[in-house]
Amino acid sequence: MSATATAGESGLLPDATGHFGRYGGRFVPEALVAALDELDAAYRHAMADDAFQAEFGALLRDYAGAPSLLYRAERLSARVGAQILLKREDLNHTGAHKVRNVLGQALLSKRMGKNRVIAETGAGQHGVASATAAALLDLECVVYMGEVDTERQALNVARMRMLGATVVPVTTGSRTLKDACNEALRDWVANVAHTHYLLGTASGPHPFPSMVRDFVRGIGVEARQQCLDQLGRLPDAVTACVGGGSNAIGIFHAFVPDADVRLYGFEAGGEGVETGRHAASITGGSLGVLHGARTYLLQDADGQTLDSHSISAGLDYPAVGPEHAWLADAGRATYAPVTDAEAMDAFQLLCRTEGIIPAIESSHALAGTLKIIPALTEELGREPTIVVNLSGRGDKDVQTAGTYFGILDGRDGQHG
Amino acid sequence: MSIAVAFEKARAEGRALLVGCMPAGFPTVDGSIAAMTAMVEAGVDVIEVELPYSDPVMDGPVIQKASDIALANGVRLADGLRVIEAVAATGAPVVTMTYWNPIQKYGVDAFARDLAAAGGTGLITPDLIPDEADEWLAASDAYGLDRTFLVSPSSTDARIAMTVAHCRGFVYATALMGVTGAREQTSADAPALVRRVRAVTDLPVGVGLGVGNGAQATEVGSFADGVIVGSALIRCLLGAPDLAAGLDALRALSTELAAGVRAVRR
Repeated sequence: MSATATAGESGLLPDATGHFGRYGGRFVPEALVAALDELDAAYRHAMADDAFQAEFGALLRDYAGAPSLLYRAERLSARVGAQILLKREDLNHTGAHKVRNVLGQALLSKRMGKNRVIAETGAGQHGVASATAAALLDLECVVYMGEVDTERQALNVARMRMLGATVVPVTTGSRTLKDACNEALRDWVANVAHTHYLLGTASGPHPFPSMVRDFVRGIGVEARQQCLDQLGRLPDAVTACVGGGSNAIGIFHAFVPDADVRLYGFEAGGEGVETGRHAASITGGSLGVLHGARTYLLQDADGQTLDSHSISAGLDYPAVGPEHAWLADAGRATYAPVTDAEAMDAFQLLCRTEGIIPAIESSHALAGTLKIIPALTEELGREPTIVVNLSGRGDKDVQTAGTYFGILDGRDGQHG
Repeated sequence: MSIAVAFEKARAEGRALLVGCMPAGFPTVDGSIAAMTAMVEAGVDVIEVELPYSDPVMDGPVIQKASDIALANGVRLADGLRVIEAVAATGAPVVTMTYWNPIQKYGVDAFARDLAAAGGTGLITPDLIPDEADEWLAASDAYGLDRTFLVSPSSTDARIAMTVAHCRGFVYATALMGVTGAREQTSADAPALVRRVRAVTDLPVGVGLGVGNGAQATEVGSFADGVIVGSALIRCLLGAPDLAAGLDALRALSTELAAGVRAVRR
């Protein structure tokens, strides 16, 4: 695979063994290889099967609410000096783009005859989505969640249990998302014959990065068509937040062959990349291997994984999906960090101008978008048109944001 | 002594070889050297030095906890190499085990060079399969190091053949579908897996995952060339009130396991 190959001409990347250039692959115990091969075969077969596509499409439409709206945010646009279109994934069932991935994988799990799914979750969003899909498709569901996160996100633990899932608090390591991933991998090694690992983002060993991408790439396919229908042309730029990277690859992928459409991924800069307290794997990390893939990650000089930091639980992960690492190296997408403070400013701006409370994750995409408008305007010589992936809604973040703005108990805000 | 010679020696004695695993730097750098030296003195044939890694997905909670303690104490990869050197000085063959990211970060060629210089005989790679191992194949050839890849009950015959073709020294058969850690029963899958490996190679086969006492060592040693024990040995130190008590428990279990592999009747 040469670095000049065009990504996204569907089927070109990854190569047959799951590599996006030098990224991706399979860095896993041999015990998982048979299951990954089985999953890869089932996924390829399903993607080529009209019956599977019809069932998946019907669920997305009738259950999840796809296609999500492409909304022209007039008041925000007037305020920021660009035409902003919001891809309203926040309006999906369960409140985020993640429902697309879990429905796809849950259908695939059933198709493989595996009636038990396991999932990792940080703040609980992927866990809730997994529990939802498992309830709908009658699958046993076990969710691994760091003990620290179960305490921080007690409501989501309750949601998962309401939906019939078992939540297992993880007490090893840093007791957060990366440790939940480790425990899910361990469970999978032990129970692989009857269990599918419903991975929450476009990372992990092959075929997960490409499979998850294919389940979420409808975001970009829809947005591209909606632009053509509503504007009569493609946008100047498409932006998204990047943690593991599923919502970003989901909206980017259909636009990758459109060379005039700029792609921007905004990582969680936390307190600032220079402070070391961030979750920006591409802009503040280095090449390595974590959770089955070669990619960019946060690590120390000995290759030990570093803890990530972000106000957004959904971006608080020390690595990134390998296709983003490849897109960054190839120069097809641009990645930049957005700090907690910048994200929260954008969060408040969208609340006040459009009456939409975004997820803090998606607020990173908005904040990054605001930062690129001046240069883009100058480059184009006119006001740019930008599609922002509003990947999730902010209901889950009311506690965090309310505390941040100091409005939970009526006191004056420190930041507002 | 090379691993191959150690296996030949055990085979000539009509017994299985005993591999004991301990993380470098647990509970301290010197403590781990003392522990591994005690294991050698009690009859453990080969020491497997695990270099601690923050996210050891193939290992169970016991090894993760020991690794976390070592890392929290600030153990670096260079300390691990120092442990290997000290243990190799006892005369027992030392094989290393660690995950791929620390090696990639250190530099694959530099790691192979420094491991060989420290007296390590080879490397067990729990999350590196031959499919992704080009750099390691080259570096291990360059420095004359053994390569132990894992085979599993779920491996196809074709993958077993491909994997053992890339091994040198011995093959590691993960006998259970699961992570490391002592269990009540060892696996019924293990003898079948060892037979499948032997069908395609003359290399010795070590069986790991699940052995915790002398009787299990005898049982596994009856069908495998090597018996690999980790979690049960580490637990001796984890559960002890102080290092001296831990070393006593470690000596006792090592002695029991060493007797176990010598009780094998073939």
